[in-house]
Amino acid sequence: MATTAPATPTPTPAAPRRGQRTRSARDARAGMALVSPTVIVVIVMVVLPVLWALVLSFQRIRLLNIQQLDLLGGEYTLRNYEQLLSSSGFLEAARTTLIYSVFGTAGAIGFGLMAALLVRRSFRGRSLVRGVLLLPWVAPVVAITFVWQVMLSPQLGVVNAVGTDVLGWNSPIPFLSQREGTVSLFGLSLGVPTALLVVIVFEWWRSFPFAFLFILARLQGASSEIEEAARVDGATPTQVFRHVIFPQLAGVIALIAVLRFIFTFNAFDEIYLLTGGGAGTEVLATQVYSLLSARADVGASAAVAMFMAAVLGVFLFVFFRFFGGEEKI
Amino acid sequence: MSAQPRRRWSRYAVEVQALRVLRPLGIVLFTLAALFPFYYMVLLSMRDISEVIQSPGSILIGLQDFSGATYQEVLRSVENGGQGFTRFLLNSAMLATGTVIVTLAVSVLGAYAVARLNFFGRRKVQALFLSVYLFPPILLAIPLFVALSKMGLRGQLFVLVIVYVAQTMPVCVYMLRNYFESVPASLEEAAEVDGATRLQIIRKISLPLAMPAIAATGLFVFMIAWNEFLFALLFLVEERNNWTVSLGVSQLQGIETPATTLMAGSVILTVPIIVAFLFAERLMTEGLTAGGEKG
Repeated sequence: MATTAPATPTPTPAAPRRGQRTRSARDARAGMALVSPTVIVVIVMVVLPVLWALVLSFQRIRLLNIQQLDLLGGEYTLRNYEQLLSSSGFLEAARTTLIYSVFGTAGAIGFGLMAALLVRRSFRGRSLVRGVLLLPWVAPVVAITFVWQVMLSPQLGVVNAVGTDVLGWNSPIPFLSQREGTVSLFGLSLGVPTALLVVIVFEWWRSFPFAFLFILARLQGASSEIEEAARVDGATPTQVFRHVIFPQLAGVIALIAVLRFIFTFNAFDEIYLLTGGGAGTEVLATQVYSLLSARADVGASAAVAMFMAAVLGVFLFVFFRFFGGEEKI
Repeated sequence: MSAQPRRRWSRYAVEVQALRVLRPLGIVLFTLAALFPFYYMVLLSMRDISEVIQSPGSILIGLQDFSGATYQEVLRSVENGGQGFTRFLLNSAMLATGTVIVTLAVSVLGAYAVARLNFFGRRKVQALFLSVYLFPPILLAIPLFVALSKMGLRGQLFVLVIVYVAQTMPVCVYMLRNYFESVPASLEEAAEVDGATRLQIIRKISLPLAMPAIAATGLFVFMIAWNEFLFALLFLVEERNNWTVSLGVSQLQGIETPATTLMAGSVILTVPIIVAFLFAERLMTEGLTAGGEKG
C-alpha cells in the first residue's frame, strides 16, 4: 500500500471524514447484499434441516407413514433416546466410532508428518512425489475402497496370494469379514479385531495426505534461521526436530487433529463401502444409515445422529477452551 | 572437556548417516504405498477375470495380456448387454458441472464480501460456514431424505445439485477468500478513486485477477461433487437411469458383474479426478493451506 501512496491523490483534510463514513456504510450494505445468497443457502440447506432433525429425534416417525404425517406436529416423546441408550448395538457402535476416530486420526497425522519431513528438502522429482502422495486423498472413495476390497479378497486378492504362497499362511485371511483373528507373536497368541484394524489402516492410507499437505505448507512457511543456528551449534537432526521444528508445527498439528477427528468421527463412506458395517466395524454413521434405510425408522436414526452432533459439540467446546478460542481457519 | 564434544559429534555423524539412507528409502516406500492400489486398479481392469482367479498373486503382466474388453463392456448400454456406464458418466458430469456453476456463482460474491468489505455480522457468517463441517453429513441426510420422500423428489438429479452446493459452498468461500485477500487492496482503491462502483471493481479488477484461483476452486468443487457417495446413494439408488459413476461401481458389485469389469469402471471414475487434480494442484493446495500456514 505504501508504494502506491504517491499515485493516489490525497484528499483534503475535511473530505475524508464524511467520505469514509458514507463509504463504510456503503461497504456494509454491499457486503450484506453480496454475502446473503451464501447465507440463505446455508440456512435453508443446513441450519433448518439440522433443527428439523432435532425435532424428528423426539418423534416416532417411520418412513412408511410419512405421506400422512404432519411433520412438525404430532407427539413428542423421549422414547428414541431411551431405546438408544438401552441398546447394546448403539453402545458398541459408539465405542467403535471412538476407537476408529482416535487411532485413525493419530495414524494419519503420524504418517503425514513423516512424509512431510521426508520431502521437505528439495530433490529431483520432488513436486512429482508430492503430487503422487496426495492421490490417495483426492481419488474417489468408491473406486479406492473397491480396489482395497479386491486386493484383500481371499479369492482374488494379491495380499492373500502373497500371504499363502510366500509368507506361508495356512489359509487366506478374510480381512474385511473377520471380526477377530489371532496373531502369534513370539509364541503368544493375541486376539486382533481384524476388520476394524483394516478399516483403520485404510483410513491412514487415505488421510495421511491431508496431514502431509498442511504440515508441509507450514514447514515451507517457517523461517530456517533458528534451524541453521541450532545446526551450527552442533544440534543433531533429531534434536533439531524435537526442539526447533516440532514446536513450530504444534499449532498446525493441533488444527489438523481437530479436523481429522471430526471427519473420521463422521465418516460413513469408507466403512460402509469396505465392510458394510459388519464384522465389528459398525460405527454410529453406518448405524444411522441402516436405521434410516433398512429399518425405515426416522426417529431412531435422528436420535443417533443428534447424539453424534452433541458429542462433537462437547469435544469442540473442550478443545477451544483448552487451546484458546481464537478462530484459526 | 574434550570427551563431550566428541560424543556429540559421533551421535551427529550417526544420525546424519542414518538419514542419508533412510530419507530416500522412506520416500520410495511412501510413493510405492500411495501408488500401488492405483497400479493394481489399472492392472486388474485389463486382465481377464478367470486369469485373476487362477493366479491372483501375479502383479506383473506382459503387454500381450492387455485387453480393453472390460472397458467396452462397462461402457456399453444395458440394452446391448453392457453395464451402462456411459449414461452414468453423463450423469456424474452434469451433476458435477451444475454444482460447480451454482456454487461458484454464489460463493464468489460471498467470498469477496468476506475478504474485502466490513459489514455487520462478518465474523458470524464465517462461523456459520465453519459449522457446516461440524455436522455429520449423515445428520443432514435424514431431514433431507424425509423431505424429498414426502415431496416425491427422490431420484432427481437437480435436487442433488442443491444438496451439493450447500455441501461445497463453505470450503469454496474459504478458498476464494484466501485468494481475494492476496490481491492487493491498493489496486481496487485506485479504481475507486477513478470513480468505479463496487460492482465495476469486482467485475473489472478483482475477478480477472483471481481468475486462475477461481478456476482451481471450481475444479476442487468438481472433484468433491464427482466423488460424492452418501447423498447419491440415499437419493438416487432407486433410479438406475440417474446413477452416478460412483453409484454404478458400488451398486453393481456382486456375483453378476466380474470384478475386472468394475475395475474398468473404477478407472473411468478415477481418471477425470486425477486429470483435474494435476491441472490445478498447486493453486488448489495453496488455497486450502493458506489459513493453516499462519496457525
